[in-house]
Amino acid sequence: MYAFTHHSATSIADAVKSVGEGKYLAGGHTLVPTMKQRLAMPGNIVDLNKVAELKGVSDNGGVLTVKAMTRHYEVENSPVVQKAIPGLAKLAGGIGDPQVRHRGTMGGSVANNDPAADYPAAVLALNATIVTDRRRIAADDYFKGLFTTALEDSELITAIEFPHADSFSYAKFRNPASLYAMVGVAIAKKGGAVRVAVTGAGSDGVFRWKEAEDKLAANFTAAALDGLAVSPSRVNGDLHGSAEYRAHLIGVMAKRAMGA
Amino acid sequence: MTKVSMTVNGKAVSAEIEPRTLLVQFLRDHLRLTGTHVGCDTSQCGACMVHVDGRAVKSCTTLAVTVDGSHVTTIEGLAKGDKLHPMQEAFREHHGLQCGFCTPGMIMSAVDIVNRKGHNLDEATIRHELEGNICRCTGYHNIVKAIADGAKHMASTPAE
Ligand SMILES: Cc1cc2nc3c(=O)[nH]c(=O)nc-3n(C[C@H](O)[C@H](O)[C@H](O)COP(=O)(O)OP(=O)(O)OC[C@H]3O[C@@H](n4cnc5c(N)ncnc54)[C@H](O)[C@@H]3O)c2cc1C
Ligand code: FES
Ligand code: FES
Repeated sequence: MYAFTHHSATSIADAVKSVGEGKYLAGGHTLVPTMKQRLAMPGNIVDLNKVAELKGVSDNGGVLTVKAMTRHYEVENSPVVQKAIPGLAKLAGGIGDPQVRHRGTMGGSVANNDPAADYPAAVLALNATIVTDRRRIAADDYFKGLFTTALEDSELITAIEFPHADSFSYAKFRNPASLYAMVGVAIAKKGGAVRVAVTGAGSDGVFRWKEAEDKLAANFTAAALDGLAVSPSRVNGDLHGSAEYRAHLIGVMAKRAMGA
Repeated sequence: MTKVSMTVNGKAVSAEIEPRTLLVQFLRDHLRLTGTHVGCDTSQCGACMVHVDGRAVKSCTTLAVTVDGSHVTTIEGLAKGDKLHPMQEAFREHHGLQCGFCTPGMIMSAVDIVNRKGHNLDEATIRHELEGNICRCTGYHNIVKAIADGAKHMASTPAE
């Protein structure tokens, strides 16, 4: 790893003021490996681990707010999350291994937007709002492609707000080596509206599967998805699975998310 | 250089280090606690596992500066003098190791599993919870047995 300067931020304002051309450090479970490989070489690291105002979970009866530095383990085990959106706690419990969940944070995962990460599917399906130090960004406007988001340089995610849904579930086919999603499908229903988000597969990262949304809005059962398929042309192929294989897996995982 | 202070195995330590120092380097190179191993250096194998504020983490993927002020426990912190920790004793008793390289991480992971999941662990739970640890020798069978038994013995011994 190249040398860098380190500043332990004391507040949101201090973090944003100090970051300059550098990078924020949350759980470090993406950033540290990338820096070791010299794929990222920030000259300055602003550490968020001591910023108390970035930690914690709350719920107002209609919206669940998860602050950026909340670790996957805390989301998994939070009674507040388990009551508000149980499927989200379950999703967090399926990220990586226990040690990754003890360090990794929701803000770090959503900022990083790895095309195989789990949280982006939940954020998109639940129509969440990404709250930053300067504005609020709707999930539909936030994800911009592989490892790319609407965040500006130095923009800090402070929290993610999840509106409650009538139902939310996530089914993941994990890569047994990396533990990331080969394909993950999140399905949220609220009133008559259904949102289906697919991670792990899209050649542009997480995406909404509109055809499945329409079918499920008309008939919210696994059977409604019979015969529906995503075109392999919008799906990634790599050594772990071809585009055709992943495209097929999307249909299978969507049905599993529907309880089939 | 940046100053870090933490409590390691109950002792207060502080040092001036380069910010890029990994926690595992700090433990091994600065404090000479070489029980914590580096297997992969890519966050996969768990040989580097230690407890930070009571939770297992991979110290090869954690900067020392980021755990400033924390309590860290390494494999050296488990035994009481010459008396092995019940989980160490269980690994010895059940032959839960061959070359022993993964063992410090396995034991730190095992103690963390007990802290989170209690003393009655079934095989499926243990295997699932060991997802972050890799062993190239044993085939895991005796590790799983050791953890189930060590967990029971920890119930009758005061916590770490
Ligand atoms: C072995 C292993 C297995 C894993 N398995 C999975 C898995 O199955 N599923 C999954 O989804 N993930 C997985 N991960 C990734 C893990 O969840 C990461 O912790 C997560 O993606 C990044 O979160 P972090 O808090 O560690 O962020 P960091 O690594 O600290 O930061 C990541 C990036 O986000 C930026 N950033 C961090 N916080 C903020 C913020 N608040 N505002 C703006 N920018 C910010 C940083 O500058 C950096 O560019 C795995 C990681 C490992 C090492
Ligand atoms: S050395 Fe840290 S996980 Fe392998
Ligand atoms: S005993 Fe050799 S790696 Fe596990």
